[in-house]
Amino acid sequence: MATTTFRTCPDTGLKFFNSTENLLKANAVAAVVFLLVGGLHGLLVGMTRWQAVHLLGAEDFYMVLTAHGLNVLIFWIIFFEIAVLYFASSVLLGCRLATPKWAWAGFALMVIGAVMNNVVVLQGNASVMMTSYAPMEAPPLFYLSLILFAVGALIGCFVFFGTLVVAKNDKTYEGSVPLVTFGAITAAIIAVFTIVSGAIILIPTLLWSLGLVGEIDALAYRLIWWAFGHSSQQINVSAHVAVWYAIAAILFGAKPLSEKVSRTAFLMYILFLQIASAHHLLVDPGVSSNFKMFNTSYAMYLAVMASMVHGLTVPGSIEAAQRARGHSAGLFTWLRKAPWGNPTFSGMFISLVGFGFLGGITGVVMGAEQINLLVHNTLYVPGHFHATVVVGTTLAFMALTYWLVPVLFRREIVMKGLAKWQPYLFGLGMSGVSLFLMGAGTLGVPRRHWDIGFAATGGITHDFPAAAYTMLALNGLSVIVAVIGGAAFCVIIVGSLLFGRKLGDQKMSEQWIADPVTDEEYSANGGSAFAIPGTVVLAMVFFVSFALYYFINWKYLAETWGIS
Amino acid sequence: MSDQDQADSGEVPMMQKLLDNPFLLLFLGVASPALLYLVWGLAEIFTIPVR
Ligand code: HEM
Ligand SMILES: [Cu+2]
Repeated sequence: MATTTFRTCPDTGLKFFNSTENLLKANAVAAVVFLLVGGLHGLLVGMTRWQAVHLLGAEDFYMVLTAHGLNVLIFWIIFFEIAVLYFASSVLLGCRLATPKWAWAGFALMVIGAVMNNVVVLQGNASVMMTSYAPMEAPPLFYLSLILFAVGALIGCFVFFGTLVVAKNDKTYEGSVPLVTFGAITAAIIAVFTIVSGAIILIPTLLWSLGLVGEIDALAYRLIWWAFGHSSQQINVSAHVAVWYAIAAILFGAKPLSEKVSRTAFLMYILFLQIASAHHLLVDPGVSSNFKMFNTSYAMYLAVMASMVHGLTVPGSIEAAQRARGHSAGLFTWLRKAPWGNPTFSGMFISLVGFGFLGGITGVVMGAEQINLLVHNTLYVPGHFHATVVVGTTLAFMALTYWLVPVLFRREIVMKGLAKWQPYLFGLGMSGVSLFLMGAGTLGVPRRHWDIGFAATGGITHDFPAAAYTMLALNGLSVIVAVIGGAAFCVIIVGSLLFGRKLGDQKMSEQWIADPVTDEEYSANGGSAFAIPGTVVLAMVFFVSFALYYFINWKYLAETWGIS
Repeated sequence: MSDQDQADSGEVPMMQKLLDNPFLLLFLGVASPALLYLVWGLAEIFTIPVR
């Protein structure tokens, strides 16, 4: 049967079953296509918010912003995540994929949903933003398209769980699954909660738009929608953390510092990452402060701590591996000697630093009920999440793709010179987008707003400081750099798939895959796998920045709101 | 995949049993936010006195 034939990758020794391989390819290609579509919409949004350019009219702006959010946040990310799930199960466990037919059915539903959604949105009657808050109403096909996409993704999750069962029954691995697979399990569990929540809210909303249900409660809509909208972000976090661990293992042969600690951190994700959905309701009356505080703190910051554990152990394991391989001088030789010209490494490392410093710190600050009021619903919010989901998740996925093209598609990457620079262009441009949007938000500029000069609003005026306009202009420039970086990625990947030299059974020309560091190597080179002074210094810098920024915000709040 | 000391003794510890059971984890991962966030939140919303 076709589903049980496989090839063994000459570079990695991994087994690729035919059926898995084709599904991986289909999902990865669909992902990149929607990234391209969504990224171009992002360009139009950025060029409109740059007040001196102000590209689009009001109607088009809201339509394009809706399309941007959905294409990148939902379609690009989830297609890629389905590929990650199939990879982490079938390929890493070396077993066939459970029910490839269902997996294809899921893929087909996702493609139909995503295409249909774009058609409906671009017809102009569904500019309700990705959140589609009721009682704002879109045509029924808008909700239907999202439901189809979600059902397809849910099928993908169950194919993943089924594949875990196949691997266990066929005894293709011993003991526990590898850590990367465990990270994927975390992502898939969060995905199930996410998609079920989406169904709970979108199905009644579909019926309401058809006139079959009288009314949708606005607050209940927001509560349940965010169980979907926020949790989906936590699928991303789990998936990109799994990708970080994978890249550390591939490029450095790094062994996790402690399997136990990393797995426990993932368990904290499973239990508590999703409840922070409440940070989207921080100014909603109707839910209590108890509810808000417990949930937004990710259960007393347990899940935040888990992210810091991953942020420490990933670079820590790289440091330990590098030191074991001889780069042991000083604090940072291990980092200097890392392969900065390899986009898989540079992309992964920029993702890690950007996610932690820009995304993580601002997220915790924004998630505190009191200081959230300083920036709620301003451009600070998109500033924050472009650091998490773009610098963090998107760049990590890009980094992995550079490795997947030769390994999975057996094609050499084309335009290597450009590929070397791509993560820097995209990472820096996007960090600029993130910082300048946050800057504008700190000055009070609202998000999802066509014109901060309040043109055509029939007399409403508000004067933002000149600095706000400067921030938006700087954002516009960063958008251009980021879009060049993003487009370069799409061109390199599509170009490699079409024109890259076929590798067949040959090994790839650069040896970008390291053998696992052995225990002897760890102990021969100055001791334990825990000797990670450089990472400890980086972690200290992180904590100091975190604490400073946190208290600055309280000070700022105290000044905004005098206590008398 | 376990730490050295456990591999030797043969007994699989409770915590590892939990971590090795994806379906139990799936149940916990859906139940926890369903109760803490959805049920708690909706209970508060639907007990807001009308008028
Ligand atoms: C070249 C790439 C990108 C550019 C130039 C860009 C630019 C922007 C800008 C300027 C906004 C703010 C709009 C506003 O509130 O007025 C925005 C919103 C947003 N972006 Fe991006 N972005 C890019 C890539 C991405 C990616 C890769 C993702 C997700 C993976 C993403 C997710 C979002 C979301 C969810 C929104 C909010 C939409 C809403 O408020 O409904 N963006 N983007
Ligand atoms: Cu959130």
